Amino acid sequence: MKEENYYQQLKGIVQPYLPEDVSVDDISPDSHFINELNINSANLVDIVLDVEDAFEITLENDDMDQMQTVNDAMVIINKKRSSK
Amino acid sequence: MDFKKIIEKLPYSKPFLFVDELSKIDSNGVTGSFCFHKDHEFYEGHFKQLPVTPGVILTECCAQIGLVCLGIFLLSEQQDSNLENLAVAFSSSEMEFYLPVYPGETVFVCSEKLYFRFNKLKCKVKMYNTSKELVCKGELAGMIKNSANGR
Repeated sequence: MKEENYYQQLKGIVQPYLPEDVSVDDISPDSHFINELNINSANLVDIVLDVEDAFEITLENDDMDQMQTVNDAMVIINKKRSSK
Repeated sequence: MDFKKIIEKLPYSKPFLFVDELSKIDSNGVTGSFCFHKDHEFYEGHFKQLPVTPGVILTECCAQIGLVCLGIFLLSEQQDSNLENLAVAFSSSEMEFYLPVYPGETVFVCSEKLYFRFNKLKCKVKMYNTSKELVCKGELAGMIKNSANGR
C-alpha cells in the first residue's frame, strides 16, 4: 500500500537524526518530533529538506509549522503527493 | 542593509564580538574580517606561555561573520522583518584547522550559503590570514529568526 510505503520511507529519513537514546522502534504515527523523539529544530529542518528530496515535493513555512508529529508529516506528504 | 547596520544588529559585544568589518555581502555569501587583539584574556591560558588563538574562538569568528551577519542580511531581505527581536542558536559545526593564529593577527572569513530554509542557515566557511593562507575551513549551521515574525 502506498501510504505504508510512505510511512516506512519517512521512518528511514528520520532515523539518522534520532538522538542515541531514541531507537527507530520508538517512532509511532503519534510521535512528536521535538517533544518525544528529542529531535532539535535544526535537525527537523534537515528532515524536511530530506522529505522534499525523497518525495519530490516542496514544503512552505505553514507546512513546517504544522509538522509537529510523524502523522502530521504523513498528512502533508500525502496531500502534496496527490496534488502533483 | 549596509555593513555598519548589520554589525550593529549583532547580538554580541566585547569580549565576545569577533567581527570588525564586512567587505562584501549578498544573498549567496559574505566576507568579513577580525583582528585578534593581543590583550584577549584567553591568551593568558591558551597555551601556558604560548599564546595561540583557540580553535573554538576561530570557529566562533567564522560563525559570527559567516552565519550571523549573513543571516541578519537574509532576514532583512524578507519583507516583514524589523529585526527587533533577533534570536540565534548555533546548531552544528564541522571544522578543520590548518594554521595557528597568533595574538595581533587579522583574519578574513569567506562564507558561502548552502541553504537558508525555515530559519536554518547552513554555510561553507573558510578563514584566511593576511598572507592569504588557509587557516581553517568547514561547514557551520545555525537557526536565526526574528521572533516578532511569529515564526
